[in-house]
Amino acid sequence: MSVEAPALEAARVRTLRRPGFAGRTGVRVAVIAIAAIWSLPTVGLLVSSFRSNAAVRSSGWWEAIVHPFETAQWTVNNYISVLSADGLAASFVNSLVVTIPSVVIPITMAAFAAYAFAWMRFRGRAVLFAIVVGLLVVPLQMSLVPILRLYLAVDLTGTFLGTWLAHTGFGLPLATYLLYNYISQLPGDLFESAAIDGASHFQVFRRIVVPLSVPALASFAIFQFLWIWNDLLIALVYLGTNAEVAVLPARLNELVGTKGEAWHLLTAGAFVTMVVPLTVFLLLQRYFVRGIVTGSVKG
Amino acid sequence: MTAISLPERRAGPIVGRLASPGALLAAAGLFWIALQYLRDQAGLAGLLASIYGLVGLDDAAAALLEHGLDPVQGKLILAALAIAIGIGGVWLLFVGMNGVVDLLGTRFRERIRPYVFIGPAIVMLSIYLVFPAAATIFASLTDGGGIAENYGRAFDDPEFWIAIRNNVLWIVLGTGGSVGIGLLVAALTDRIKREALAKTFIFLPLAISMVGAAVIWRFMYAWQPPGETQIGLVNAAWTGLGNEAVPFVQTPALNTFALIVIMIWLQTGFAMVILSAALKGVSGEVLEAARMDGANEFQLFFKVVVPMISGTLLTVATTISIAILKVFDIVYVMTGGKFETEVIANRMFTEMFVFRDFGQASALAVILFVAVIPIMALNIRNLRRQGIGA
Repeated sequence: MSVEAPALEAARVRTLRRPGFAGRTGVRVAVIAIAAIWSLPTVGLLVSSFRSNAAVRSSGWWEAIVHPFETAQWTVNNYISVLSADGLAASFVNSLVVTIPSVVIPITMAAFAAYAFAWMRFRGRAVLFAIVVGLLVVPLQMSLVPILRLYLAVDLTGTFLGTWLAHTGFGLPLATYLLYNYISQLPGDLFESAAIDGASHFQVFRRIVVPLSVPALASFAIFQFLWIWNDLLIALVYLGTNAEVAVLPARLNELVGTKGEAWHLLTAGAFVTMVVPLTVFLLLQRYFVRGIVTGSVKG
Repeated sequence: MTAISLPERRAGPIVGRLASPGALLAAAGLFWIALQYLRDQAGLAGLLASIYGLVGLDDAAAALLEHGLDPVQGKLILAALAIAIGIGGVWLLFVGMNGVVDLLGTRFRERIRPYVFIGPAIVMLSIYLVFPAAATIFASLTDGGGIAENYGRAFDDPEFWIAIRNNVLWIVLGTGGSVGIGLLVAALTDRIKREALAKTFIFLPLAISMVGAAVIWRFMYAWQPPGETQIGLVNAAWTGLGNEAVPFVQTPALNTFALIVIMIWLQTGFAMVILSAALKGVSGEVLEAARMDGANEFQLFFKVVVPMISGTLLTVATTISIAILKVFDIVYVMTGGKFETEVIANRMFTEMFVFRDFGQASALAVILFVAVIPIMALNIRNLRRQGIGA
């Protein structure tokens, strides 16, 4: 689960880890303290989600860590309750239905566009690309009202289709920009030799560009996935809170409104919404970090 | 960079050439099905019933129409269908359009093909960003009572000025906190072993939704009347020090700060990762030279290292500022903008969704947009100076 390239290790040791640096123990203590503070809120959530209502109400969750063998306090009923009675299982499926196409559709469109901007010659290329990059500036709040009016007119509110298309539109500028930065750096000789062998642009794209761009596609896919899975605003405005379509954040928000003090349920519900992004994140951390760092650090 | 030119593709057998327009038709068909049937489960039951009817299972079709789908089964079928249609649709779209272009005469083919590649993206961007942005500006000037009412009422509203004040607090403290702590952690972890593990703990909240974070922190800030056991960690620690428990979320002088802490908790990992990478780029020779000249570790860090990574610091700060300026979920879930915690994005949501005052909401969106522009300009200029970016 290393976060950095091993090649930098030697340089790191040389530059900052000075032999005999007196404060090294102090540094270690400070880092552990900060890491502990950062983890406490999530640990408290996780612990409380497995405690009974009575236990959560009568003592702080840290008591449960001190006395883990008082088994009467532990339960999985909170999860059973939020998944069935509170409808989080259905919302979980809805979240998958919303998220998967909303990741795949914009990446596909952006990859085709990025290839065309990088490797095809056509009139208006510079202007169109400048517009795409310029749209990075526009906050999605600028689109909320007009798109809501459009959706009300064509009856797309509350549909998965409308939500996929909205996420696609809002995700495209960043996707196109990041993929362009990557695809334009691919070695052109490769495409030319494919062209000599008679490959069309479409074949070059599918057989050469897509396989070579997997790292960039993966890091953007993780970004977009986390953003959509965790999104509340678009989910509320275009999809709504109707149980048939509501996604996890919208449903969890409803729970906060209706069961604001039922901490045993709220903590379990929150953890249900977090389990997929946390897993994806821990497994694919390296791609994610690479995606963040490229384009932010010089060089 | 040079565009590559590819030779004309030889026409394939007639079946192959017709396959692509077929794919385009299929894409259109899938889109239509999605539009008609994926609205709800009743529609899905109808679709399945007609499929059953087509293959001769009339009894099953009748039963399905009468009783509807079993909820769990229906949900999973719906999910699988929706995902297949969503993903298959976009691929068929490109394959089909590309095939249609292949049918054209050799002269036009390669001139039109680039527009097939960029077309869907351009169309989506036009529908979802370009025209709406123009429409929002127009609506803010003409809707309802027009410009005077939409902007005038915003400026007259005390809640608006609370929102502005809070947005400023959010940007200054939220950005400062995230970048400051991120830099501190990056510098500290640079000096120890197992830094990747330590960083993972700080990085992890980045995967948590703002709604999830709001629940986590509502629990952290939970308040019980004096005399009862405090089950929120913050109040337990606070009362443990001999103080009286404080309802942090409901107390106007404190709550905005309490909410900003949540954002710092979420964003510090982002700053840390980028700054950590930048720190590793600082050359060892420079540091050694400064040490030779007698600089202590603090001087070394603030006078030598920080100036060297100032470009990256600015990028991180502007990126986080823009995210913070648009903050909505945390406020919406924690307080709904009550108790003087209002921010612009939440105000806009309320005007749009609760009051249905689209003119007022549009004016607030434009104000948000105007506020983003200088930060973005700073960001782009900085990226240019560093030699990356468009």
